[in-house]
Amino acid sequence: MFGLSLSFLRSVPFLSGSAPAKPEPVVLGRDAVEDIGRELDALRDRTVASLGAEDREYIYRIIKVQRGFEVAGRGLLFVGFLPPAWVAGVAALGVSKILDNMEIGHNVMHGQYDWMREPALASREFEWDTVCPADQWRHSHNYMHHTYTNIVGMDRDVGYGILRIDPAQNWHPYYLGNPVYATALMLLFEWGVMLHDAEADRLVSGERSWRDVIPLARGWWRKARRQVLKDYVVFPLLTGPMFVPTLVGNAAANLIRNVWAFSIIFCGHFPSGVQSFSVDETEDETRGEWYVRQLLGSADISGSRLFHIMSGNLSHQIEHHLFPDLPAHRYAQIAPEVQALCEKHGLPYNTGGLTRQIVSVWRKIFRYALPPSWVSAEPEVAVLIERAQPTVGGDTDSRHTERPAGTLATDIV
Amino acid sequence: MIAHMPHPTPSRSIARKILVKALDLMSTPHHPDRYLELADPLLTTATTRARITNVDRTSLGSVTLTLRASRPLRFRPGQCVSMSVVVDGVRHTRTFSPAEVPGSRGRGVVLTVGFRPDGRVSRHLFEHAAVGDVVELGGISGDFVLPEPVPGRLLFVSGGTGITPVLAMLSGLAAAGHTGAVTFVHYARTAEHVARRGDLDAAAALPNVEVVLAHTRGGGGHLHGRFERAHLDAVAPWFADTPTFACGPTGFVDRIRDLYEDVGAIDMLHTESFEPPVVTIDPADVSGTVHFAGSGVSVDNSGGTLLDQAEAAGLTPEHGCRMGICHTCTAIRASGCTRDVRTGEVDSEPGTRIRICVNAPVGDVAVEI
Repeated sequence: MFGLSLSFLRSVPFLSGSAPAKPEPVVLGRDAVEDIGRELDALRDRTVASLGAEDREYIYRIIKVQRGFEVAGRGLLFVGFLPPAWVAGVAALGVSKILDNMEIGHNVMHGQYDWMREPALASREFEWDTVCPADQWRHSHNYMHHTYTNIVGMDRDVGYGILRIDPAQNWHPYYLGNPVYATALMLLFEWGVMLHDAEADRLVSGERSWRDVIPLARGWWRKARRQVLKDYVVFPLLTGPMFVPTLVGNAAANLIRNVWAFSIIFCGHFPSGVQSFSVDETEDETRGEWYVRQLLGSADISGSRLFHIMSGNLSHQIEHHLFPDLPAHRYAQIAPEVQALCEKHGLPYNTGGLTRQIVSVWRKIFRYALPPSWVSAEPEVAVLIERAQPTVGGDTDSRHTERPAGTLATDIV
Repeated sequence: MIAHMPHPTPSRSIARKILVKALDLMSTPHHPDRYLELADPLLTTATTRARITNVDRTSLGSVTLTLRASRPLRFRPGQCVSMSVVVDGVRHTRTFSPAEVPGSRGRGVVLTVGFRPDGRVSRHLFEHAAVGDVVELGGISGDFVLPEPVPGRLLFVSGGTGITPVLAMLSGLAAAGHTGAVTFVHYARTAEHVARRGDLDAAAALPNVEVVLAHTRGGGGHLHGRFERAHLDAVAPWFADTPTFACGPTGFVDRIRDLYEDVGAIDMLHTESFEPPVVTIDPADVSGTVHFAGSGVSVDNSGGTLLDQAEAAGLTPEHGCRMGICHTCTAIRASGCTRDVRTGEVDSEPGTRIRICVNAPVGDVAVEI
């Protein structure tokens, strides 16, 4: 398949990686799949039964810390004429936005704290400190992405409709710009997230009517207007002569949050070794098969407790995808059990430090910018899932010829 | 009483509205309360919260709490207020019958919670309520109130913690300078079980109020044993011609109602029972009616999930994964009991948000779809 790889590219380690020896795929029998399903259901039930006062205290403590950083950050920008105060203010505000979006917003909107029956933390009503309206996020993320995780053509988080991040997506010259698009998305992440539900690629291709966007755009106007007003008008005005430094400071805090959130989120599903699936091979999935897909389609990032909090525990992406509505701070405690289960069945448990996972992601962004024949295959542990229907998953070599990838490039053509 | 409630002047309330609006723009997307409550939980503007200022456990079988609310409560004596309490990290809401602390301008209330071994909230308050704890107060409800104008002669009969609305009415009457004759028969297990002894003694000291204590299991008091006609014949032989207000456990109130029906005086009787009848829930129960309150549609319970039943009824509730993970279909269950089809767990707390894709109705259920 990749026999046409250009030899000069192999000498660029960043792009070609190590020698592409394709390992034998792991075959997971039907009994094993159902066993995994039962064990994970039991793990979920055990965790749900143990939820209580400590989990409540945890999230309220995080909220208190986040609000503290926010008030401190905005306060420091009032004395932003002192350079150290401006820098500290921007940092505090950046931390506040990161906590608000990740450990609080993302997790609360998943319904992780619905069991507390607190109206202020109810998933359906919660809003977060970004321009993306919460209801649109809940649709594209909680429903589409978490239900159809890594099913190419259904999970719109595979490349977000603008990037080629999986070999199953057909290549097109458009993707030569992959690194540029990814960089732009990184810097403007909150705006990218806002536009996500519009499905720009399907608008361009005509699969989706522009009329469908009107209600979404109303939501953007409602939400983004207030966010922009707060960060770029109200608080700058309140600081009086410090209008411009405050405005720049708020923009910088948003930028910090954008880059951080992008980096953590891209490490969740895009590092090498993460498996994708086709619509056919995931039809009529059992509970066990759904769990296995979540396991194989996600990757963790290892790090300290503080790092996990700052990443909204999305560093435990595997656990998050298995149990999206369990309080995220519990993932650390669940992870060893999940890892042991993977070992028991010989499944890969994709984890690594932040640097390793980020390098892996960016390598993919560059690699898949190029035509498949130019780059060597990446060695991946593929898992074949035995199913009642004669469909199998994981064979990355043959899949991309079978189905449409549903991305901007294919639709433009 | 209502007449004593201070009403904020319009200019003050407009200034307050402007302030909240300005705070709202600064705190967006969160409500200003989400910041204010971190400084002090009682600073919230959209909800009324209260701090427990006294906990009295001197009576057996009940605990009496004194609360200081963040703003005046507007209730008529005898009405109920809903109170939310956090137990094991979960917020639970129950209704209680408050009495106003005299001179507190509606901000101080006293309520008595009876101990029920199987009652999560009552048990928690009985065992753990402490001075300084914060609770949230919600809607005022109930029509167990005195008529206007107040009748010249009144009879009150209460059992256990059913004493609370009666005491509220008595103190309301005293505050209004009511001088008509009032007889109050209160039932408690023993003298030690009589809750709110101080308030009761204060009421008994009024020249127009006669308090009769009945003990169902102990000595002392004026009457003994469970409620029966002979009791009223002894202390209030005119009962059938007198507006009567009775409050207590369901069985107790039922006996009083039976008596008034027998003597053809049911029109004179106003009742409130504070314990909901105990319903034994059979999770396999597929009877009853499912009411989709938002669309006004009712269907016979087919046993399927609420989402399936709503769709079968031609409704299109918002939903996503259909497997309980995405929370898109979350809706408020106004009343009734539902079963989580994954875990088998049943729950019936009114006003709880549930995922309709993994919850099936058990008996009559109303959901806001």
